[in-house]
Amino acid sequence: MATPPTNPTMSERGRSLVRHRSFLAQPSTIVVMLLLIAFTVSIVSLSEAAGGDISTSLVKTLGKTMCLCLIAVAMDLVWGYCGILSLGHFAFFGLGGYMVGMWIMYARTEAIVVEAARNAPLPPTPQEIRDAIGTQIFGVVGGSDIPPIWAFAHSLPLQLILVVLVPGLLALVFGWLAFRSRVTGVYLSILTQAMTLALSLYLFQNDSGLRGNNGLSGLQNIPGFEEVPQSVVSVAFFVASAVALGAGYLLAAWIVSGKFGSVIRGIRDDEPRVRFLGYQVEHYKLFVFTLTAIIAGIAGALYYPQAGIVNPAEIAPIASIYLAVWVAIGGRGRLYGAIIGAAFVSLLSTWFTGGRAPDIHLGFYTIQWVDWWQVLLGVAFVLVTLFAPKGIGGLVDLLVRPKRQASAGQPAPREAAE
Amino acid sequence: MRKAPRLAGLAPAVLVALAALFWAAGVGAQSEAPPTPVEQILLDNSELIQKSSRRTIGPAIDALASSGLPEAADVLRLWRERELYVRKSDGRFVRAARKGSAYELTNIITGAPMGEASRRDVDQIKPNSGIQAMIGAALVAFQLNDPDPAVRLRALQGIERDPEASHLTGLRAAIGRESDPFVQEAMARAERRLTIQFDEDEAARIAAIMSFAGDLDVSTRATLNPLLATHLAVREKSAPSDANVARTLTPGSDGFSYQAAYEILVNEGLAPKVITAAARDQALIAAIDDGSVAGVKVATLDTREARDAAYLRLADEGKVPHTMTEDEQFALLGNFIFEDVYSQSPAITDATNETIDAINMRVAMYEAADLALDGISLASIYFLAAIGLAITFGVMGVINMAHGEFIMMGAYTGYVIQLFIPDKTLSIIVALPVAFAITFAAGVALERLVIRWLYHRPLETLLATFGVSIALQQLAKNIFGTQARPLTSPDWLGGALVINDALSISYIRIAIFVLSVIFFLVLLFILNKTRLGLEVRSVRQNPRMAAAMGINPDRINMLTFGLGSGIAGIAGVAIGLFAKVTSDLGAGYIVQSFMTVVVGGVGSIFGTLAGATLIGFLQKGIEALNPSNTLAAQTYMIIFIIIFIQFRPKGIFALKGRAAEA
Repeated sequence: MATPPTNPTMSERGRSLVRHRSFLAQPSTIVVMLLLIAFTVSIVSLSEAAGGDISTSLVKTLGKTMCLCLIAVAMDLVWGYCGILSLGHFAFFGLGGYMVGMWIMYARTEAIVVEAARNAPLPPTPQEIRDAIGTQIFGVVGGSDIPPIWAFAHSLPLQLILVVLVPGLLALVFGWLAFRSRVTGVYLSILTQAMTLALSLYLFQNDSGLRGNNGLSGLQNIPGFEEVPQSVVSVAFFVASAVALGAGYLLAAWIVSGKFGSVIRGIRDDEPRVRFLGYQVEHYKLFVFTLTAIIAGIAGALYYPQAGIVNPAEIAPIASIYLAVWVAIGGRGRLYGAIIGAAFVSLLSTWFTGGRAPDIHLGFYTIQWVDWWQVLLGVAFVLVTLFAPKGIGGLVDLLVRPKRQASAGQPAPREAAE
Repeated sequence: MRKAPRLAGLAPAVLVALAALFWAAGVGAQSEAPPTPVEQILLDNSELIQKSSRRTIGPAIDALASSGLPEAADVLRLWRERELYVRKSDGRFVRAARKGSAYELTNIITGAPMGEASRRDVDQIKPNSGIQAMIGAALVAFQLNDPDPAVRLRALQGIERDPEASHLTGLRAAIGRESDPFVQEAMARAERRLTIQFDEDEAARIAAIMSFAGDLDVSTRATLNPLLATHLAVREKSAPSDANVARTLTPGSDGFSYQAAYEILVNEGLAPKVITAAARDQALIAAIDDGSVAGVKVATLDTREARDAAYLRLADEGKVPHTMTEDEQFALLGNFIFEDVYSQSPAITDATNETIDAINMRVAMYEAADLALDGISLASIYFLAAIGLAITFGVMGVINMAHGEFIMMGAYTGYVIQLFIPDKTLSIIVALPVAFAITFAAGVALERLVIRWLYHRPLETLLATFGVSIALQQLAKNIFGTQARPLTSPDWLGGALVINDALSISYIRIAIFVLSVIFFLVLLFILNKTRLGLEVRSVRQNPRMAAAMGINPDRINMLTFGLGSGIAGIAGVAIGLFAKVTSDLGAGYIVQSFMTVVVGGVGSIFGTLAGATLIGFLQKGIEALNPSNTLAAQTYMIIFIIIFIQFRPKGIFALKGRAAEA
């Protein structure tokens, strides 16, 4: 590794980036953590499980939103800080969901089968149990054999390791291939989109071993906790999601605050220049890409047990593009912007598409938001890209002293391109 | 009483019969219509026919067949179907239908009633199967000798539909007499097929089989395949065999499990029945006594071994029959050989295999040609979808994620125009320029409103145009609904150009291929030979220098983007003709289109052509290897592209020098 860049030719903004400051001392980190804790505590204490008024379904929605915020933080790290516009992070998210879903489905089906066999005159043999589980799970795709990829599905620890390993390895291999041949910019985006499309098409097949387009379902029923009411389970997942989001945020904040953060921002702003300075640009990019894929996988593993079902449609390229939309609207290049964007847009989307938004009567035509929300989102996205590249997070800059702007690390639009 | 219906029935009969009627009515005699010439022949041979012996019947059949009378065929058919009766009183041949205890008689030719007769007064002519075959052969010969070639051809088709051994002689005789070369050719083919199926002489059959080498007709394969029919035979290892063995089956190999093999032994009575797992469990359950089976606690019976052991103890106690263990089953299976045995002799099967191999060889050749055509047509579709992108993304370097939505707009334009112009051909001709105009305008608007502000910020262009794409898709959904709309192609595009049974091309594919070739040539011309093309290239390479030369880069960018979008609109009309027109029509092509451009090499029309060809052929090739699964084919293709880009990151046709840096 070359000496750190204390190069006098660097721009003024660049020099200010070199001046490091502990991430824990940054006001944004402190504010986000405090808000997160306050929000979590208040939701938990007001939830149905604690005798409050907040319904289980709302707790679930908020828990899911936390997971979306976590993957948005990952996306911000890889795109907003490292300049890699990945259109594949939702694939990692989905894979995480699949990995944990396999255990939930297997263990739950096993429990059901064993329970059913209790009344049989003979105690079931292991083979009989296995056959029954295979028929139960894969009957919908016309199979009864348990595919080899389910080899670890009986064990929660192994599947949890896979939650990290599968998205991580996929990102590592794909990223290595892509970065070593110096695929950058829009080409990389299109390539990641193609990877996502390939994965979702593969999973759509019935013989993919993951139940084709049926996906994995019934994931809200956690094996071993059948007796626990959903209101409690939902709160548990909500807290877990909040903890994961907090940990993910701190990790991301730590990464971007140090020298490493400066290097990846440098890669974002001018990759060849960082390379000329002697840094192994590919290694940095690969590390960030893989790490964020793992974070995405963990977020997915927490998200889908709350959603109840994971299927290949979740992985379709469009989902990853929406992820970019959230981060862009929230304001990329600042971690709390990603959280704002994901929470704001996904909750707004739930509100609009849920049919709860009031229709607008124009006299000659009634705008029903279920139909027009997507149009509004699309247009809003174009407007944000054109006129507010800093997104909603940019509003924060208006509130705090202009001096802070530099440390927020938001690139000038023109330089973000290269 | 008896005369009246007879007279009424005769009235509509043939002229000869009419004359007879007047004569009969005029004279008032008791007699019926005199025998027609056909009936006369029957009467002349009455004795032979009634004797109905295979050795002597020949002349009677010949007399009918060679009479040249058109009714003779009907008479022969009646005779063969045992519908001919003879009236004992005067020896006349009639048809008879049961009516109570009596028969109602009708004339064999005209169907005119001839009164009733008791069962004792008529005899049914019952030709045996040998005579039936002779009559059948005569019938065929009869039709095959018809002066009208159409009738002869029809008779031939009848034979091919329902071939019989008896047809062979007549057919062979007819070939020599045939004057029409086309009919003769068809007869010769039918004769060879009949020879294969029915000839007694093995050499003749083999010759006929070999003559079909390389014949692609589906019915040829239908004739040959039954010759290779096999059945599974089992014999002891020591027993000698002279059977014509197709292949030996090994128990436990793919598709022939130990269980299946043992099942066969049981069915052949060569092995005792084995107790299945289910039956074993049933027996154990039946034997449960106070929580244990044969002294074994039920709770411990949770493995296969434990259940087998418990069953063995039950058997030792004599409560259930003994069963063979798996090891014993294996040992027993080792004593036998399982074979697929041909029903035909080795000479025949060898000849057939050889011929079918030769046919399959040619079929495979044509299938390869068919695959190539499939590849070409898929390549043209990808080319059509990507060519607009090749201009906006390739030449201008603008990422337009809404490109797919321009394709969709083109398809919907076609649909709307068909609502107003019902004539399919005219509507398509109108739709092409209108779609171009609409998407050109949309492209210009997009360039002026969004893309112009984002030049040199490709990632932001990607995101903004993606926003446009979301909005346009939802707008289309709001306007046209979510169900697919029809965009119907004209009738003359409906069929297929059939070359032979193994190869055909649908006209729509040809049309799309032609359209993409036209696009390719027109674009090549515009970019390389026109003023606009020159200006486009110069703006791409160096906008400032181009501006210094008096070119307005803003205007050129706008026009180029409009051109690329307009072409997407035309492509949309073409794609809409064979795909479902829905709001996500274009979205399905966007990734492939970008892949096409990237693989081919950004900035080159030739590159897009090469990319489309590569991807089209590749996808069809993968599909051919794994026919059931187009999803998997797409997956593997994308993986291939990702790997391909490793080796040629700039695509097949990489721009070099200064042009590449723009």
